[in-house]
Amino acid sequence: MKILTGNDLKTGDVVWWDGRGWSRHVEDAVDAGEEAETILAREEAARRVNVPYVVAAEMADGIPRPAHIKDRVRALGPTVRPDLTLKPADPQAIDWVI
Amino acid sequence: MVDSHSNPLGSSPDEVQFRFRDDDPVDHAQVTVDAFLEQSNSSAVRLEPGDDTQALIPHLERIALVEVNFPSFGDGRGYSSARTLREAGYTGELRAVGDVLIDQLSNMRRCGFDSFAPEIRLDEADAQAAFDRWPQHYQAGADTRRTIAQLRHE
Amino acid sequence: MYKYDSYDQQMVDARVDEFRDQVERRLAGKLTEDQFKPLRLMNGLYLQLHAYMLRVAVPYGTLSGAQMHILADIADKYDRGYGHFTTRQNIQYNWIKLEDAPDLMADLAAVEMHAIQTSGNCIRNISSDHFAGAAADELVDPRPYAELLRQWSSFHPEFMYLPRKFKIAVIASDTDRAAMRLHDIGIQIVEQNGELGAAFYVGGGMGRTPMIAPRIRDFVPLDQLVTYSEACLRVYNRHGRRDNKYKARIKILVHEMGAEEYTRQVEEEFAHLLDEGIEPPLAELERIKTYFEDPAFEAGAKSIDRSDPDFALWVERNTVRHKHDSYVSAVISLKPVGGIPGDATSAQMHLMADLAAQYSFDECRVMHTQNIVLPHVKIADLHTLWTALHEAGLGEPNLDQVGDIIACPGLDYCSLANARSIPISQQISERFAANGKGDTLGELKLKISGCINACGHHHAGHIGILGVDKKGVENYQLLLGGSEAEDASLAKITGPGFNEAGIVDAVETTADVYLREREDGERFLDTYRRIGMAPFKEALYG
Repeated sequence: MKILTGNDLKTGDVVWWDGRGWSRHVEDAVDAGEEAETILAREEAARRVNVPYVVAAEMADGIPRPAHIKDRVRALGPTVRPDLTLKPADPQAIDWVI
Repeated sequence: MVDSHSNPLGSSPDEVQFRFRDDDPVDHAQVTVDAFLEQSNSSAVRLEPGDDTQALIPHLERIALVEVNFPSFGDGRGYSSARTLREAGYTGELRAVGDVLIDQLSNMRRCGFDSFAPEIRLDEADAQAAFDRWPQHYQAGADTRRTIAQLRHE
Repeated sequence: MYKYDSYDQQMVDARVDEFRDQVERRLAGKLTEDQFKPLRLMNGLYLQLHAYMLRVAVPYGTLSGAQMHILADIADKYDRGYGHFTTRQNIQYNWIKLEDAPDLMADLAAVEMHAIQTSGNCIRNISSDHFAGAAADELVDPRPYAELLRQWSSFHPEFMYLPRKFKIAVIASDTDRAAMRLHDIGIQIVEQNGELGAAFYVGGGMGRTPMIAPRIRDFVPLDQLVTYSEACLRVYNRHGRRDNKYKARIKILVHEMGAEEYTRQVEEEFAHLLDEGIEPPLAELERIKTYFEDPAFEAGAKSIDRSDPDFALWVERNTVRHKHDSYVSAVISLKPVGGIPGDATSAQMHLMADLAAQYSFDECRVMHTQNIVLPHVKIADLHTLWTALHEAGLGEPNLDQVGDIIACPGLDYCSLANARSIPISQQISERFAANGKGDTLGELKLKISGCINACGHHHAGHIGILGVDKKGVENYQLLLGGSEAEDASLAKITGPGFNEAGIVDAVETTADVYLREREDGERFLDTYRRIGMAPFKEALYG
């Protein structure tokens, strides 16, 4: 599947295309399929997202998992600072990245 | 002969959005550096990034307009071209053309550009703010403004 | 320390206004990201893996206690309570919001700080010897020259869109503590026939094509320093490659053109620029020098009570001889075992600021090895200082030891990285602490980069590690024999790379070969240079 990521222009937060807008959680990401490039162009032009790009991913345990480790680190947060990730209370979260 | 209608090279005075000179704009076509060096009657020349600016130095007296093209604003060779020409004594029009944007105007001005023909017209107020941005300068430039170091030791 | 006058302040304030205006135009859609990116980079603002990252300049690594306090406040007010000290003596914050950045910069400007030209294809922050003004072996304090060049390079109208970034280091001793020859321009202040001048080295660098800069001029008179620098830059701006960003650094130009031809062109431009008269008046250099005069050193105790073994070890490893015999320079390690190299919390920054105020004439320095120096500490105060550091977890006695690892942020933070650097450094420091070997190795400089851009200086490590992407999996290459010091050399790769666990084992294997082969007084690097790569390869892959 093709999921879309980028950063919020004002805050810099990592965001994922959820079919209607941009979510901070990769769990909300949807397959953009053939529409990927069209959505990116439209959303970036409207400044609803900054520097967006397409990420190859597959569903694993009901959650889209980006194919490349870089995008998984991006989805969670720095592996060396679990307290600063999106899942500070989940000690297993890093296993999903590595 | 290069004809401005058959050759898209160069900007016309109509396209100049900002000009800091009192003389009349040069109204004839610019030629490439190679053509200029071969052609003794041309008085307007267009520099592309990578052209040898210094080759023009022996001929400055017959040049009324040098147009320096910025195909991309990130290519900064034109700034050195401008300074090289001004330092060699060139007093004619020095026009920045191409991908000329608000945030490069003040540095271009300091390097000696005195006319600007941006590919896409700039917001007048933003451009004015950019030209007026810097109260002082650390470096000597193509203008006669005193540097901060000179002001400190007057 | 240098203090802004009204001119410096006006310039920095104008820059804040300009940046505020640029951010507004970006948010309003008047600037595209492609147009805005170089502008934000010239103000130190990157878009990284997780968020915007801001790199704040610490000119030649020198900070006042008051400035360090503000850096801590910024960490709390705009970021997430910490900052990361970098290999070019700066500090960066990882979680900045674009909409906050102009206010942040105004806060910096209020204490004579900024983020100007900490990124972008322009002249970057000028770095220098972290012991400048304190070192027993320096000819003069190099910082006035660095400050002169800081002013010349700030907002330089001609050199904002160079082919690539441009880094300058200035030192003034034969011992090189600033990796001078691995810079685009390295300057050493030297003495010739009783006159001071500058030796210029041009075209060094790390990155994907590491090169040690050749010396292109033995002596530039001090009243021509700016002019000669301008000539170096102009020839680069004119001829540096712009067709391929990986070949755009000045080292490639000097290499391809030849140092001789590059130098010839610089000398020609220099002669021309001397006629132009662009040099600041010599009185300006004299003015700047007055800010770097010695603080009021007082005679005091010259010997140290070493009866406390923990304190004694810290003194032995983390303090450095000072030009005044009642003082030392003390290094605060930001490399606790298992910690993140170079990170400091706001509380730690406040503490370091207080200690600087109390014990070091309100001055501290950022080292390119990502530690902090209190440059002028009275020997009589050392134990009290150490006690405070020790209690705060800042007393790690590991300067230049295997645990004093340089590591770039790597894939945990950086969008360019191919592999994580920090976890590798954490595991290595933990391994050598646990097995006790760390204390037996002596000076061993280990440097880790998470990609070929080499922010972690792996080419210059006695042991270097380079993270690469091997079909989507992190892989680590091992390099040996590099040095960033006056005996500069580039590390060589040992052979096939290792996975995460394998690289930690490989470093231990490498250390074991050294422990087995070393002769009296040899550092790791000396042994490597004597015995060569073969015994290490044998142990690693044999």
